[in-house]
Amino acid sequence: MQNLKKTALFDTHEKYGGKIIDFSGWQLPVQYEGITSEHESTRNKAGLFDVSHMGEVEIKGKDAFKFVQNLVTNDVSVLEDNQVLYTFMCYEHGGVVDDLLVYRFDEEHFFLVINAGNIDKDFEWMKMNSEEYDIELMNISDQVSQLAIQGPSAQEILQKLIDVDLTQIHFFYCKRNVNIDGVSCLVSRTGYTGEDGFEIYLDNDRAEYVWEKLMEVGKELGLKPVGLGARDTLRFEVALPLYGNELSKDITPLEAGLGFFVKLEKDDFIGKDALIKQKSDGLKRKIVGFEMIDKGIPRHGYEVWADGKQIGFVTTGYASPTVKKNIGFAMVPIEYSKLDTPIEIKVRKRILKAKVVSKRFYTKSYKKV
Amino acid sequence: MKIVEGIYYSKDHEWIKVEGDKACIGITDYAQHALGEIVYVEMPEVDDELDSGDAFSVIESVKAASDAYMPLSGTVIEINEELEDSPELLNSSPYESWILKVKISDLSELDSLMNHEDYKAFCESESH
Repeated sequence: MQNLKKTALFDTHEKYGGKIIDFSGWQLPVQYEGITSEHESTRNKAGLFDVSHMGEVEIKGKDAFKFVQNLVTNDVSVLEDNQVLYTFMCYEHGGVVDDLLVYRFDEEHFFLVINAGNIDKDFEWMKMNSEEYDIELMNISDQVSQLAIQGPSAQEILQKLIDVDLTQIHFFYCKRNVNIDGVSCLVSRTGYTGEDGFEIYLDNDRAEYVWEKLMEVGKELGLKPVGLGARDTLRFEVALPLYGNELSKDITPLEAGLGFFVKLEKDDFIGKDALIKQKSDGLKRKIVGFEMIDKGIPRHGYEVWADGKQIGFVTTGYASPTVKKNIGFAMVPIEYSKLDTPIEIKVRKRILKAKVVSKRFYTKSYKKV
Repeated sequence: MKIVEGIYYSKDHEWIKVEGDKACIGITDYAQHALGEIVYVEMPEVDDELDSGDAFSVIESVKAASDAYMPLSGTVIEINEELEDSPELLNSSPYESWILKVKISDLSELDSLMNHEDYKAFCESESH
């Protein structure tokens, strides 16, 4: 584990019994007491996640709005100040550079949250595409820690420490310079679990303090620390994509079934022509949900078969903790994408029966005000 | 970490309980802890002839699938069907939950396995 990065909470994870693994070059806990119990805690009460490995890029300047609008697929013009948007950055050919959150502080000040494994690549991409714009780009990933508190009790727990009325921070909005027990933070309400919840961005040197305060006030409401393992099972059950699984340089947002976040009618953006063409030609393949009929657990990378040949690949697969079924997402040709289509998954040496099902394995419970 | 006396151990963290020319094979407490929550055990079939070092089972945790390797050569005579519906028994009681029983082909292979003291020392060296 030499040469790996540590978040400001590394010692805290060890203290809470985290099982540390290498994740995208970071030493982070895959679990504390167990993936399933952490998953259930988040679904039923609340979970606290260290997501400080995620990257943050700040954009300031006269052309900040124009630059971001050209950079991403979703329509940034609909954002009010302090509103947040989920979107993609695409290559010219329509493949995905990364999926990200765009925070609009004001027309000349944006804040982008990107994936840990893509920080350097993304920042290079932004710089390369910023030459015509009067902006300042700052990669502040190393100075910012991020905690996420997710679950039905998240609001009640965070409210005990924070100086604002959390009911006033609506779904996919943020508030800057809020005070959590004396610490200045940026707080938003998005989440990656399908539950209600908040992200807290703060200076590295205050991360441990805020983590411990949350654990202290959250204890009686069932708050537990949650590792990356349950973060992945939680996001998967509510059909949220993971870069490197459902999204990549070789998979477009349309193929991933995420066309909702691609606004082909907005002003020009990088990748627009390729995506318009793909849509008008009709998709040749797409990502579907599937459920195993035979006994066996699908995993990322397994082959999908039908009619005696390989037709695709599994992007994510699990024995799902909440749904209690062996389920997955797979990239398949469009003719195999209808619900109930029989397919087969090659689980190591065995070809096992499965069928296409809806990706909505679990119903989200966001607080959409 | 629990280690039981009077049985054999392999470097792949399996335990082997020998009775005459037959052996029960399971995974150790160290192994179950390293794997995390076990959600599925893929079994060999009765009458399979397996050599020492062959994969005899795939043990799936929430996060990953791991092979379990034969600590000695033998023919499968019984599998623990209880694990089909309750794979978590490997976590909760690893030494009571055997995976398969084999008829040992070559008793001299037992000489290459560890006793509980050697295994304890081996686990300590693995952890550093």
